Amino acid sequence: MADALIHEAHEPDIEATHLRHHFATSAQQMDASMLGMWTFLITEVLFFGGMFAAYAVYRNMYPGAFASTSKFMDVILGGTNTAVLICSSLTMVLAVRAAQLSKRRDLILFTILTMIFGTAFLVIKAFEYHSKWVEHLIPGFDFQYDEPRYQHNAQILFFLYFCMTGMHALHMIVGLGLLTYLLVQSVRRVFNANYFAPVEMIGLYWHFVDVVWIFLFPLLYLIGHRR
Amino acid sequence: MATIAHGTPEIAAEEVNYLNVEHGWKSWLLTTDHKRIAFLYLISITAMFFVGGAMAVLFRINLLQPEGIFSAETYNRLFSMHGIVMVFFFLVPSIPATLANFLIPIMVGAKDLAFPRVNLLSWYLYIFGAIFTLYAVIRGGVDTGWTFYAPYSSTYSNSYVLSAAMGVFIAGFSSILTGLNFIVTVHKMRAPGMTWGRLPLFVWANYATGLIQVLGTPVLAITLLLLFFERVAHVGIFDPNIGGDPILFQHLFWFYSHPAVYIMILPGMGVISEIVACFSRKRVFGYNFVAFSSMGIAVLSFVVWGHHMFVTGEAMYTSVAFSFLSFMVAVPSAIKVFNWTATMYKGSVSFDTPMLYCFGFIGLFTIGGLTGLFLAALATDVATHGTYFIVAHFHYVMVGGMVMAFLGGLHFWWPKITGRLYPEAWAKFAALIIFIGFNLTFFPQFILGYLGMPRRYHAYPPEFQALNVLSTAGASILGIGYLIPMIYFVWSLKAGPKAGPNPWGATGLEWEIQSPPTTFNFDETPTVTKEAYDYGPVEEIVG
Repeated sequence: MADALIHEAHEPDIEATHLRHHFATSAQQMDASMLGMWTFLITEVLFFGGMFAAYAVYRNMYPGAFASTSKFMDVILGGTNTAVLICSSLTMVLAVRAAQLSKRRDLILFTILTMIFGTAFLVIKAFEYHSKWVEHLIPGFDFQYDEPRYQHNAQILFFLYFCMTGMHALHMIVGLGLLTYLLVQSVRRVFNANYFAPVEMIGLYWHFVDVVWIFLFPLLYLIGHRR
Repeated sequence: MATIAHGTPEIAAEEVNYLNVEHGWKSWLLTTDHKRIAFLYLISITAMFFVGGAMAVLFRINLLQPEGIFSAETYNRLFSMHGIVMVFFFLVPSIPATLANFLIPIMVGAKDLAFPRVNLLSWYLYIFGAIFTLYAVIRGGVDTGWTFYAPYSSTYSNSYVLSAAMGVFIAGFSSILTGLNFIVTVHKMRAPGMTWGRLPLFVWANYATGLIQVLGTPVLAITLLLLFFERVAHVGIFDPNIGGDPILFQHLFWFYSHPAVYIMILPGMGVISEIVACFSRKRVFGYNFVAFSSMGIAVLSFVVWGHHMFVTGEAMYTSVAFSFLSFMVAVPSAIKVFNWTATMYKGSVSFDTPMLYCFGFIGLFTIGGLTGLFLAALATDVATHGTYFIVAHFHYVMVGGMVMAFLGGLHFWWPKITGRLYPEAWAKFAALIIFIGFNLTFFPQFILGYLGMPRRYHAYPPEFQALNVLSTAGASILGIGYLIPMIYFVWSLKAGPKAGPNPWGATGLEWEIQSPPTTFNFDETPTVTKEAYDYGPVEEIVG
């Protein structure tokens, strides 16, 4: 009882450091931040949705060319990347948990682990892009395809591959920037059980980017795959 | 509408408001106050309005003679830049970024929008986008029309497509952030007692607009990005020569741009609801219907885009479905018009300037809306598609509707925004001039379109000259009509009489605080105990 009262009495002081002037309570601030992040993620769904729509149209329009491009998709590297991203989601959610429990060491550890997984993903992706470059499969830059009848259509499909995975990779890079910010703030002891909204928001963003990949991987690598 | 528990009265503090609390350019460019950002937006969009208007003046001059005065190339660039500037840099941000930015936090009883810094970021994005697009204007313009249709824009156009489209792309994010801020603010920042059923209809309308901005604009962003790659690297996605599908571009483009036309009208409808209640001294008839019709329009706006493509290779049954859905939009729109009219019925109607714009809106929007039904009908659309009939239709909605509402709202809340009154006689005169000029400009275009004059041509058969001259004459009158408010508003900033907190005797939280408001709007968070538009019996009101 006394503990609760003391806690109650101290709370305004703790809140005062992070409560922005236009909010009445930190609960309201937290709610607003979360709703804002979810709304932002909805805009991201629509943004990627445009590319998924284009994918659906061209996949449907040129099934033969699509099947022929699938042999250039490296399922091993793609599968590895999927595993890496799922691991990064785990470490991300553990980081959020650590922040909620005021466990600063864990927060720093899991943030670093998430960044390592994220970087690993981008490095593997870079190797994949490089092999496409070597094979002259970059649309618009000396694109050459071994099956002449699919020369043109395959270019569109490779463009969709690069556009979708490229936009995803760009979001990963932004995510790594956010995680860096998170790391710096964690080291500076900003987050605790009373204030962890930025951790949770960055977590939401990171999970969203993972989910995009969960859709990209089967659509680009697995459907119609043949060696 | 609400009672505000005042703290200890501060005699000296009354003079302090958001405009004079700080001085210097830094206090404006680094502000997070939603009212100052609204002011920055107001200046920016007014500048863009006159840029777009100058283009219109030039191409209306061209159309004085059947053979045209400028070259076809110049004419194409003029109407394209007019469309791009007016749509993306004036109409889309017009009411949301200025009036709604200023009013929504006050109307819901909050100190600011949920994300003040994001709000400032949105203004910078707008300016950044405007710079890109204005760069295209200065370098010689774009000739694709505001729709950027591929493959012309991606392959063949020899104009500054990239910088113009990237300007629109960037400005799109400013629109997204504005919408996001409104949605979160309405959900999370309402004062105690401010239930959803007590929100002013202006807030409902802008909430619905925010949904469209958030759901539609990202699709425009990705569409323009694909266009960017297509134009830079010729990857083929919209190039029919190598199997790309230009119709896909149109689908993606209109998936945003049809909902966007409701971004360009819903906030105007919100303004009209406020004005009509105040100057009829009555609660808006059928509050719930008007509120939910905004939401209905927002939902329907996403399932009607195909009516832009009736003649561009859309499957027949798809067109039938889109035609039917487009007719459905008329239902919530008509609910609003009937309810505004019913609000005036047996009200104590006065004819102040905002109400004049309100009358203008209701009449012109009705014409614009009903001619929209002609275009939603498959058979008539095939005949009128790409003619001046369409041009007249959407100008009746966009200019006759949205610009009237914007000006009406600006006159209505000007005393609140600046603390000054404008000269009423001049304002009434300008409203009349604008109404006459508008109809003279665009009504002949309905007839021209019906007679078969296609849009977007610099020359036309001689028999259309009389109507075109009428239209140009109207445009000149309209242009003067827009300059007059510009002049007296600037004058009133310095020399207008003090307005006091509530010059109209209106209800609503914004009228219960001082004019101009203080930086945080309220000394203490208000507690709302009354319904919206609590005007009470007519005879009790003293004007």
